[in-house]
Amino acid sequence: MKVCARISVIVLVGITLNACKREQRRFRETPPSATASNAIVMSTLQPGPSVVETGVRNPYEDNAYAVAEGKRLFDQMNCSGCHSHGGGGIGPPLTDDEWIYGSDPENIFSTIVEGRPNGMPSFRGKIPNYQVWELVAYVRALGGLQGKAVRTTRDDHMMFKESEQARDKGHPSPTFVPPTSVKQ
Amino acid sequence: MMATRCRVQLGTAARFTLPVFALTMSACSGFQSALDPKGPRAAEVARLHWTLTAIATAVYIIVIGALVYALWRASTREPFIDEHQYHENPDQAGVMKRGVIIGVTATAIILGVFLVLSVSTGSAVATVRGDKPLRIDVVGHQWWWEVNYDDPIPQNQVKTANEIHVPVGRSVLLKMRSSDVIHSFWAPNLSGKKDLIPGHETVTWFRADTAGVYRGQCAEFCGYQHAKMAFYIVAEPRVDFEHWLDQQRGPAPKATDSLTQTGERVFLSGACAMCHTIGGTGAGGNIGPDLTHLASRRTIAAGTLPMTTGNLAGWILDPQSIKPGTKMPPTQLDPQSLQALLAYLGSLK
Repeated sequence: MKVCARISVIVLVGITLNACKREQRRFRETPPSATASNAIVMSTLQPGPSVVETGVRNPYEDNAYAVAEGKRLFDQMNCSGCHSHGGGGIGPPLTDDEWIYGSDPENIFSTIVEGRPNGMPSFRGKIPNYQVWELVAYVRALGGLQGKAVRTTRDDHMMFKESEQARDKGHPSPTFVPPTSVKQ
Repeated sequence: MMATRCRVQLGTAARFTLPVFALTMSACSGFQSALDPKGPRAAEVARLHWTLTAIATAVYIIVIGALVYALWRASTREPFIDEHQYHENPDQAGVMKRGVIIGVTATAIILGVFLVLSVSTGSAVATVRGDKPLRIDVVGHQWWWEVNYDDPIPQNQVKTANEIHVPVGRSVLLKMRSSDVIHSFWAPNLSGKKDLIPGHETVTWFRADTAGVYRGQCAEFCGYQHAKMAFYIVAEPRVDFEHWLDQQRGPAPKATDSLTQTGERVFLSGACAMCHTIGGTGAGGNIGPDLTHLASRRTIAAGTLPMTTGNLAGWILDPQSIKPGTKMPPTQLDPQSLQALLAYLGSLK
């Protein structure tokens, strides 16, 4: 009985501590640099021996504050100008399952830093690396790739509508149907 | 022995009490104090404050005096033996009844006076005095103040940050908005608090009757750096104000020597231009404060640091150590680029 109680206390504390990561606000971060993104590959097909792991990881995965900051930057850096709050416009939508250049954090990082053909500009040197990683965290949340705890994140500022991560996943199609499943 | 200990204790008490008392009193004058009014709005509020304090002090002294008198009298008298004796003494009962009636009536009258005083102060403070007030738009951001001087001619509009210049003796009408959370505008020497609410415009006004620099502060908790969200109101004679406004209307001074030209290039090609505007250049970001006439301001980072080259360098390289959580990211620059950038920013008078 005593052992059982001890174990459950340890488990409870463990669960509680685990939640800390979601709310952590780290203001002085030195995440993987932009040069690391040069080693990121898009395909496993290549001449010579097999692909080596790049070892680049987003420090902000599953962090609600980083996702909220990413959302702020997404608007402020005018990503919405082409991606239209994730729904797509001039640029491809980000809320669906299709990822032209990969959906892994390092792929999205490399897309933002290097730019992509047909319009995606390179933000190298324009946005500090840690803010690019915050954007990556948010873009992945848009696509529903973040953990469930971060999916329903709230902004740091006042919300006039429900956050898009909290809504059901959208499916952009040529014949546009207004979403009916938006929770109010 | 006893006397010595007593003296020691008194000494200790005085050592602790005096500084605290001095600190409290130091709040009565100064450049961020509601008790040192420099305009009609703050003067009304200060008058109300002193009136209420005077009445409340008088009431306190009377009540404590009555209590001391009652205790003293009770100790000099024969105690009541039983309730029966009390009822048989109609004189005593009458005195007590009269005391209660006087007390309740006085309380009701004093509270009524307080109500009339505060409502009349409220209405005196609410309306703008004088015609043709100067109109200034204020936008609250986490954690700085955007200040816009409206003008029907677009090129005469002025945008600055964390410093509100006003002419002495002219009423100023502030139209206030917020870009993120609720903030509150509070310059104690000139006006009371008014909230800045997202999606809703609020209006307040003030008038500075004495020239001077008055510190103001966000008065509604707005996040990590709420404490470092200050601003300065610079009240100056009309001529000086017009001169300042004229100078602010122009574009940024051109970079003339090679060092400032390099600095301009660093600013425009790096991350700075993504968020900041410098009038007359390609930088047009509207996320951070407008830097067109940065060097003419007294402080950086919303009143956090005085405007010096060293502080500016520290702020650019590592703002998170000065103001943790600020939206300004650290910028990595090599020494040459940093020096050039500092020279350029310093030239933006």
